[in-house]
Amino acid sequence: MSTTVTAPGDAPTRAPGAPRRRFRRPGRALLPYLLVLPALIAELAIHVIPMLVGVWMSLLHLTQFFIRNWTAAPYGGLANYRVAVDTHGPVAKDLLHSFLITVGVTAVVVALSWLFGLAAAVFLERPFRGRAALRTLFLVPYALPVFTAVITWRFMLQRDSGMVNNVLSDKLHLVHGHPFWLLGGNSFVSLVLVNVWRLWPFAFLTLMAGLQSIPGDLYEAAAIDGAGFVRRLRSVTLPLLRPVNRVLVLVLFLWTFNDFNTAYILFEQPPADADMISIHIYNASFLTWNFGLGSAMSVLLLAFLLIVTLVYLGAGKLRSRHA
Amino acid sequence: MRESSAVRWTRRVVLTLLTIFTVLPLYVMVTSSVKPLRDVQGAFRWIPTHVTVRPFIDMWHTVPLGRYFINSLVVSGCATVCSVIIAIFTGYAVSRYRFPGRGTFMTAVLSTQMFPGILFLLPLFLIFVNIDRYTGITLYGSRLGLTITYLTFALPFSIWLIAGYFDTIPRELDEAARVDGAGPMRTLFRVILPVAAPGVVAVAIYAFMTAWGEVLFASVLTDHSTRTLAVGLREYSNQGQVYWNEVMAASLVISLPVVVGFLALQRFLVHGLTAGAVKS
Repeated sequence: MSTTVTAPGDAPTRAPGAPRRRFRRPGRALLPYLLVLPALIAELAIHVIPMLVGVWMSLLHLTQFFIRNWTAAPYGGLANYRVAVDTHGPVAKDLLHSFLITVGVTAVVVALSWLFGLAAAVFLERPFRGRAALRTLFLVPYALPVFTAVITWRFMLQRDSGMVNNVLSDKLHLVHGHPFWLLGGNSFVSLVLVNVWRLWPFAFLTLMAGLQSIPGDLYEAAAIDGAGFVRRLRSVTLPLLRPVNRVLVLVLFLWTFNDFNTAYILFEQPPADADMISIHIYNASFLTWNFGLGSAMSVLLLAFLLIVTLVYLGAGKLRSRHA
Repeated sequence: MRESSAVRWTRRVVLTLLTIFTVLPLYVMVTSSVKPLRDVQGAFRWIPTHVTVRPFIDMWHTVPLGRYFINSLVVSGCATVCSVIIAIFTGYAVSRYRFPGRGTFMTAVLSTQMFPGILFLLPLFLIFVNIDRYTGITLYGSRLGLTITYLTFALPFSIWLIAGYFDTIPRELDEAARVDGAGPMRTLFRVILPVAAPGVVAVAIYAFMTAWGEVLFASVLTDHSTRTLAVGLREYSNQGQVYWNEVMAASLVISLPVVVGFLALQRFLVHGLTAGAVKS
């Protein structure tokens, strides 16, 4: 992430030539470390150490018999990883299926959220009556606690008493009869819909802030040159939003890919077509209490996310160098 | 710049569609919360025919919602206070001092945001269970364990946001305080914090929202007596019957404080949340 985001405080703080701040007492040099210490301990305790423990767990045959006495669990080497990636076995087959579903959901959700966010940000740029109200309204889905928002969607997607079937079938006659939305193939659509509803406001927020940093006279100049709305969007707005988009798409990707809450509340037990990978690992771990295998899957997931992130950031760097 | 009528109409259509998309669930939540049970079990009705406040009363009895509310409040409140205090100290160090390891630290803190929660969940569960076994300190199934976990969830963003706010405060203020004989801590509490107060409140709201809405860890690390709202809301069903009107009423009550808080402070929060993306 260091390549994309400037740490706060990196902006030059002293006028050039101003005298360097010096520390009077030797104890002063220790002060920043003391200040950082609580955060460091918290991060180590809840993030770093459990992660290392997780990697170690993935090498053990950590089944239900060893949960309370995990040090006694036999060492298994890469056995768990073999089970997780050997696509001849049922475990790896299901994991691969869940992975592909997650990739599909993520791709559609990121694309739609970005598109909706861009549309709203661009169309709310010039002032008109009700603009502030719309802006606030669009932020509400982002502010709602995830479980209340998703449970409302769960109610709306009920087959017989839900609003969605009422609109699509009874009012608009777009679908025949009352289809299930939380079972079978439609569950993919439902999951995408709910995720987009929750995520696009964040894209909107970020893009709106990005648009504010584009100087207005660029648009003036483009307009004088006879560029229409679409042309201005393509030649001025989008190129100048590229740095914002780069981070935004990555964040949207990571959030959707790692998402547990939405699918968990929407389906309780997600059907095969909405089997997000986090839930898949959760179920694989807690239904069978095979924590070793679950940890191996989690480590593979992290490895995948790391590789994607590094390639993505690296590719962006190359492109901006050649641009 | 003249706007062609095609663009104007596109804008109206797009904004209308997005408004409908955004409002529909909110409308359903509000109207269903005042319907009697039989009206939410039958076919969906747009206009409630019998308006009642029963769901808002019954929801406290069907499920021990009060207890879940208190659990959520205690856990989210403590996690928020702790993470804001920690973030203030860390943000101050990062904003005002150049020390070796500073950049690495900030990058490492932020990169924990990308890790899948499921990766920590299993080891954390195991660590909590074993700490209980060897030391007698109950973390698994207790509010303490969940509080400690949640405070670290909000921490990375909180540190970045607070450090960002502190950066916007002119260093001349620090200098003036130092000339007056104030030490670093006095400067932080007497000079910087008062100026950064709106930012700190916004960060607190963000931290509270994070803890208030968390589901995954709450569903594993709590037991019957420490369950939070995020898990408890799923209990409004028995034998295939779901009290949807009470679910919607409870959702409304649970959502209202954070939504109002967020919208009231959105200016500060939006600035901070997007600053990272825009700066780069």
